[in-house]
Amino acid sequence: MNRDRAIRTLLPALAFLAALAAWEAIVRINHIPPVILPAPSLIGATLVKDWPTLSGSLVVTLSITLEALVAATVGGTLLALLFAQWRPLEYTFFPFTVILQVTPVIAIAPLLLVYLTPGEAVLVCSFLVAFFPILANTSLGLTSVDHNLLDLFQMYRASSWRQLLWLRIPAALPYFLGGLRIGGGLALIGAIVAEIAAGSAGEGAGLAFRIVESGYRLNIPRMFAALVLISVSGVAIFVCTTTLSWLLLHRWHDSARRREP
Amino acid sequence: MAAPLPAARAVANATGDAPSAPAREPLARLAQVGKTFQNGVEALRAVDLEIRRGEFLSLLGPSGCGKSTILRLLAGLANPSLGRIDWPATEHDLGFVFQEPTLMPWANVFDNVWLPLRLQGQSRATARPRVEEALAQVGLSGFDRAYPRELSGGMKMRASIARALATRPALLLMDEPFAALDEITRMKLNDDLVALKCELNATVVFVTHSVFESVYLSDRIVVMAPRPGRVVAEVAVPAPQPRNEDFRLRAEYAELCRETSRALHRAMGAEPAGGETGSQ
Ligand SMILES: Nc1ncnc2c1ncn2[C@@H]1O[C@H](COP(=O)(O)OP(=O)(O)OP(=O)(O)O)[C@@H](O)[C@H]1O
Ligand SMILES: [Mg+2]
Repeated sequence: MNRDRAIRTLLPALAFLAALAAWEAIVRINHIPPVILPAPSLIGATLVKDWPTLSGSLVVTLSITLEALVAATVGGTLLALLFAQWRPLEYTFFPFTVILQVTPVIAIAPLLLVYLTPGEAVLVCSFLVAFFPILANTSLGLTSVDHNLLDLFQMYRASSWRQLLWLRIPAALPYFLGGLRIGGGLALIGAIVAEIAAGSAGEGAGLAFRIVESGYRLNIPRMFAALVLISVSGVAIFVCTTTLSWLLLHRWHDSARRREP
Repeated sequence: MAAPLPAARAVANATGDAPSAPAREPLARLAQVGKTFQNGVEALRAVDLEIRRGEFLSLLGPSGCGKSTILRLLAGLANPSLGRIDWPATEHDLGFVFQEPTLMPWANVFDNVWLPLRLQGQSRATARPRVEEALAQVGLSGFDRAYPRELSGGMKMRASIARALATRPALLLMDEPFAALDEITRMKLNDDLVALKCELNATVVFVTHSVFESVYLSDRIVVMAPRPGRVVAEVAVPAPQPRNEDFRLRAEYAELCRETSRALHRAMGAEPAGGETGSQ
C-alpha cells in the first residue's frame, strides 16, 4: 500500500518534470525568442529577479481573495441559517441572490467602479462569486435532514434552536464544505477577472494587473511568472479547503471514506 | 368488521386457558380513530385499539394498511382526523425505533444514545451510567466510541434500540425494526428483544409484515386490512414469555401461525382490495 502511495505521488511529479523538460528543450532547440515563448528556466529566473514587484502583487491578490472568501463564508452561512429558520425570508430574498449570481462579474465590475475605488470593486466582485455557492450549498444542507431524525427530535420535544444546533448544522456541514471548496476557487477567479476589468495600477496592483501590464510591455517571461503565482495560489486554496474538509469529515462522512482495497 | 374476531379468539382459547394474562391496565386507548391525509388518502378508519401495560402487541398487515400511521399517532408526530387517543396513565415516555437505524452519522454511538437524555437536559456525565446501561442491554458495551458507519447493520439497529431505551420509556414503538436485516440476524435480535422486554417489563407496540415474527414475539396480534386501514382481527398468543427457539417447534406455534395467516388473508379478501397483497 505504501508503494502504491509512493507511485501515486511520484508519477504525476515525473510527468510534470518531463513536460517542463520537453518545453525547455523545444524552446532551446528551435531558438524560440522569449517574446514568443520563454523557457521554464527563464520564467524561474524572472520570478526571482522580479520578486520584489511580484510578491507585492501576490500579497494584494491573496489578501483580496481571502477577505472576500471569509466575507462570503460568514455572509453565506448566516444567510443560509436565517433562510432555514425563517422560510418566508428565503422566498423573499433567494431570487435576488440568484440574479447576482447569474450576472457575470465581468459585467458588474465596470459599474462597481463608478461607485467604489478599484480595490473595493475587486473585493466586492470576488465576494459576489464566492458567496452564492456557499449560500446555496449550506441552504440545501440545512434542509436535507433525515426526516426520521427530525421526527425523533420532535418526539423528544426539542426546541427549534437545539434542532438547528444538534441536527441541521451537523447535517449541513458536508454541503457547506463542498460550497466552500467551490467558493474558494471562485473567489480567486473573481478577484483576477475583476482586476483585469478594473485595470488598477500603482500600489494596490495585484497579479492580474501585472499580467496585463507585462502584456503591454511585451515582457512575456514576467507574464508567465505572474501566471505561475496565480496557479500556485489557486492550488494552495484548493489544498487548504480540501484539507479542512477532510479534517472535519473523515471520521464519519462517506465522502472522506477510503475504500478497503 | 367484528366477524373474524370470534374465530381468532376461539383458537386462542383452544390453546389452553390463560396461564398468564391477568387483566392489565390500559396504557393508551385509541377510540374510533380516523386519519385522512391532506391528499385525501384515508389511512385509518374507526380504529379501536387498547394498549395494555406490559404487553407485547404486534400490528400485522399488508403494506399501506396504516401501521406506521398508528405508531406516528401514538408518538404524537401526527394528529388523528377523527376520534381520539387517551392516555390513562399520567407519565408516558416513549421510545421510537424506525425501520432504518436512523443514527446521526456525525456522532458516535455514545452520543447517539445520549441524545434523548441530552434533550431532557442531562449532561454527558449525568447521562453516562444510563447510556452505558442501555448499551449493555442491547449487547453493545464497548462500542460507545464507534461511529455508525463502523457498525454492521444489526449493530446499528441495536444502537437505535439502545437510544429508544435510554429514557426508560413506558412504551416502546417499533416500526418494522428488523425488516432490512438478514434472517439470522433477525432471529437473534428477536430473541434479544424478547429477553429485554421481559427484563424491562416494557410495553411494546411492534409493526411487522411477518406472521412468524409476530407470533414468536407477541402476546397479542392485531391484524389490519388496507383501504381504508382498519383493524379486522385480533389473535392472542397465550404462551408464556420469555420464549426461546423451542417455541418455534411447538404445535401451538404452528397452529397460531396458521390461524394468523388465515386471519390476514381473510382480512385482505374481506373487501375488494386490489393490488398488493402482503404474502407470508
Ligand atoms: N404523510 C402522508 N401523506 C399522505 N399519505 C400518506 C402519508 N403517510 C402515509 N400515507 C398513506 O397512508 C396509507 C398508510 O400508510 P402507512 O405508512 O401507515 O402504511 P403501513 O401500513 O405502514 O405500510 P408499510 O407496511 O408499507 O410501511 C398509505 O396509503 C400511504 O400512502
Ligand atoms: Mg410502514
